[in-house]
Amino acid sequence: MTAAAVATAVRVLTQLRRDPRTVALIVLVPCLLVTLLRYLFDRQPAVFDRVGGTMLGIFPFLTMFVVTSVTMLRERVTGTLERLMTMPLRKLDILVGYAVAFGVMAVLQSTAVSLLAFSALDLHVQGSRGAVIALAVGNATLGMALGLFASAFARTEFQAVQFMPAIVLPQVLLSGLFVPRDQMAHWLRVISDVFPLTYAYDALSRVTEGRGLGGRFALDLCVTIGATLLALLLGAATLRRRTA
Amino acid sequence: MSGIEIRDLRVVRGGQVVLPGLSVTVEPARVTGLLGPSGSGKTTLMRAIVGVQIVAGGEVLVLGEPAGSPSLRRRVAYITQAPSVYADLTVRENLHYFTRILGLARDRVDAAVDTVALEKEADAVVNRLSGGERARASLATALLGEPEVLVLDEPTVGLDPLLRRDLWNTFHGLAGQGATLLVSSHVMEEAERCDELILLREGGILATGTPAALKERTGAHELDDAFLRLIEAGA
Repeated sequence: MTAAAVATAVRVLTQLRRDPRTVALIVLVPCLLVTLLRYLFDRQPAVFDRVGGTMLGIFPFLTMFVVTSVTMLRERVTGTLERLMTMPLRKLDILVGYAVAFGVMAVLQSTAVSLLAFSALDLHVQGSRGAVIALAVGNATLGMALGLFASAFARTEFQAVQFMPAIVLPQVLLSGLFVPRDQMAHWLRVISDVFPLTYAYDALSRVTEGRGLGGRFALDLCVTIGATLLALLLGAATLRRRTA
Repeated sequence: MSGIEIRDLRVVRGGQVVLPGLSVTVEPARVTGLLGPSGSGKTTLMRAIVGVQIVAGGEVLVLGEPAGSPSLRRRVAYITQAPSVYADLTVRENLHYFTRILGLARDRVDAAVDTVALEKEADAVVNRLSGGERARASLATALLGEPEVLVLDEPTVGLDPLLRRDLWNTFHGLAGQGATLLVSSHVMEEAERCDELILLREGGILATGTPAALKERTGAHELDDAFLRLIEAGA
């Protein structure tokens, strides 16, 4: 990692530290939602085990998407990005800096919600708990990378927030969480094949349900990591030194 | 050193021609004022010089290299009209970040804070500062390195007269060391403080020269009058 990327990560983390309310929302909202889920399925602990386990990834995915897309958009509209563009740093340095800073947040958030679920909420998963936490972080990181990329297409913060129902919710609906993918209309299944969340979700559900971790699991991991890196590269490509 | 040379610069924004074909030279080791009413194309010209403006044609050479060349990014400093610093960081944290991006020593921060007289506010978060203090924080980032070209878009608007005088002295000090400064303003009284002037109107050059030469040419006692007479003569 370059010095400029490290400096950018430190700067973004310092900004987050100045905004404890946002940090609290990032960490606590998924915890609250999983707690809600636990008591929603109060009489059906088996359902909570199945749904709750994957939600440890889905909720952080959602919040990280919104937070990063709005933060990155702010950098674009306040003129600081334009100033950075006149300075000697590579465009990818900015994105990597953001990714590292919000990656730290993703670890904090996913770990907090997972520990809460495994202890106080009595969530049972078939596979390893450590793997669940790692995959939850992976889901959050994917949401972060997609959020950084999506911010390029928003002109205002209002638009950026609207990207959540537009870009993120379809991915959640088609991921297999609500209806197994082989029971969807064929064309929907084809669409879900190109959504990165489908793979991140599948990996997590395989671990929580103790299903096979063979070739398909390896493919899930590759697509999740690959989509995260691709979104960061595309995000860097959308930064323009020259604008109209 | 070769300052800034602009030939037939054409910029179109949103279907509107902002600069139809502008040619001008900014002399090295001088403080050049870019004067003109709001909407005359000052900011667009400055953005073209620092290489962040999409241009439709013409040539902009800064220190002999095309504007926006990677090799210029350490040698050219730019401040935008609206203060572009992080509102949720302190002045010192902002400056420290930019020194790391520019690869400068940490002690440059204190020197820059000193120059813009923000010692007392250095550890205050920017969004608690007044508009003038924010503008100074933004200006300080341009003074961190030892840039050979400084492009400053209305850097002294709304500042205390005493501080404004000090900053103009700083600008002249930098020019004395060989730097090329282009400073925009829409206030004519600031024009008197410049070595050279470029008067801009509706995307075209109305006149260039020293303040004294412009007054002599038009027979005006004040630059304000000189500007008016030039407009009338051109119309």
